[in-house]
Amino acid sequence: MDVIELKKIANEVRKGIVTSVHSAKAGHPGGSLSAADVFTYLYFEEMNIDPADPKKADRDRFVLSKGHTAPGLYSVLAQRGYFPVEDLKTLRHIGSYLQGHPDMKHIPGVDMSSGSLGQGISAAVGMALSAKLSHDDYRVYTLLGDGEIQEGQVWEASMFAGHRKLDNLVVIVDNNGLQIDGNIADVCSPYPIDKKFEAFNFHVIADVDAHDFEALRAAFKEARETKGMPTAIILKSVKGKGVSFMENKAGWHGKAPNDEEYAIAMDELEKAGEALCQK
Amino acid sequence: MSEVKKIATRESYGHALVELGKEHEEVVVLDADLAEATKTGIFKKEFPERHIDCGIAECNMMGIAAGLAATGKVPFASSFAMFAAGRAFEQIRNSIGYPHLNVKIGATHAGISVGEDGATHQCNEDIALMRTIPGMVVINPSDDIEARAAVKAAYEHQGPVYLRFGRLAVPVINDRPDYKFEIGKGVVLKEGTDLTIVATGLCVNESLAAAAKLEEEGVHAQVINIHTIKPIDADLIAEAAKKTGKIVTVEEHSVIGGLGSAVCDVLCEREPVKVLKIGMNDVFGESGPAVKLLEKYGLDAAGIYAKIKAWL
Repeated sequence: MDVIELKKIANEVRKGIVTSVHSAKAGHPGGSLSAADVFTYLYFEEMNIDPADPKKADRDRFVLSKGHTAPGLYSVLAQRGYFPVEDLKTLRHIGSYLQGHPDMKHIPGVDMSSGSLGQGISAAVGMALSAKLSHDDYRVYTLLGDGEIQEGQVWEASMFAGHRKLDNLVVIVDNNGLQIDGNIADVCSPYPIDKKFEAFNFHVIADVDAHDFEALRAAFKEARETKGMPTAIILKSVKGKGVSFMENKAGWHGKAPNDEEYAIAMDELEKAGEALCQK
Repeated sequence: MSEVKKIATRESYGHALVELGKEHEEVVVLDADLAEATKTGIFKKEFPERHIDCGIAECNMMGIAAGLAATGKVPFASSFAMFAAGRAFEQIRNSIGYPHLNVKIGATHAGISVGEDGATHQCNEDIALMRTIPGMVVINPSDDIEARAAVKAAYEHQGPVYLRFGRLAVPVINDRPDYKFEIGKGVVLKEGTDLTIVATGLCVNESLAAAAKLEEEGVHAQVINIHTIKPIDADLIAEAAKKTGKIVTVEEHSVIGGLGSAVCDVLCEREPVKVLKIGMNDVFGESGPAVKLLEKYGLDAAGIYAKIKAWL
């Protein structure tokens, strides 16, 4: 798929994020938007998956360790055809299958329930180990927030993955630089992130532009070609990417736009989509 | 009288895992640097490639178990009860319980019979913690035979199971041809009319001995072994209350939230009667030989007998 097509899809994913969070009157748009492009790349280019058969045994697995960015995951799953895009408006509503955080029991395409930070990576490591134990070829991807890596369990999991040389595992860190209480460097700095994963025996691909599909393509190709160790891809991203007033604002970590803000955001995304169609 | 055979249920766990491993390729055993103590080392000897030492990182171990279960394996994640149910509570709740994954937690060294290691390692809260998780089965076997049967039953059950084992060698009491283990089914070990002692784990044997002593004095105590604390055998407990009018619960666990509480949950809804809860009375344990500790905290036959006598 060419870059323009991917950008168009990512733009639709962003619309779904903004729409679902607006409809829920709650949720996490900032980190969903920063990861919208990597979600798109994973589900439309990278992973071996089949929306018609969400549980096929040899599929690649994805674990959203930063589970609060479920709106991003749900939006890409809907775009990919796992369930109707229209259902995104039921996010966080009572009775909806689209829970505030990923729920593998009820949402087609969700491989692991997650949301309590630091836990998803362990499950992803378990899946990668499982593939190794039974000589299966599937690969496992997990997306973490940069604030999330303050959780100690992330490093327990990383130590294990490095030790076991799980080269079927890709740990992606969405380094948008912001967490609820502010700048990650001010709250409790996890930097240098690349050196930490290196120390845990990962192959590290750092400073990847999270909003450049060619950069993503190169990084995931490199991960695929890496043997004998797991890969960590550190994405340099913009929190709130694609909605001007949400960009680089910690305040938009976990807040829904009001009606007026929603209209502005959708207008911006509509225009961005139109611009892509001109290309 | 011949010497009573004594085996620690953690030992039974190790052997039962080997049996399962022989039959089922998808059985994987995880440990957190305690394979020697939890007895998963017995499995490791037979199936080294299916024994995964996670190092001293119990929270990660539970997550790995979740990932293994999500991809079709049947993991038995093992550690001391304190570090399985205690330290990794939230991982068990969110990564295993919430998605109802097919993970079995083999928790050894439960209760004060851990002995010399002292209070930091004596978990008297695990039953309480585990039974609050929706869909979690909680089993506390009383001897070697029951522990082995419980491991097999846990494998056959679809969904998360918490298995509670002890460090101390305890008498084999279920060695009889008609012994049958069924999750959620209590076992009447002695009939009686004056009261019912509902016990679990190593306290079952001690309760039987206490009941025998009461019998000598003309007090007819019924004894029930509740190996499954969740789902609890509510019918059996309610019937016993109706029949005998008084209930005594005995457990090597805090009286808050464990068997005693689970029994009271049943009784106050179905058959309100007086209940005496025997267990750890909202206190931490301490260092010392296991047998001495059981004596000191009144969880041996003499202590159970004395408390019942005083209560009647």
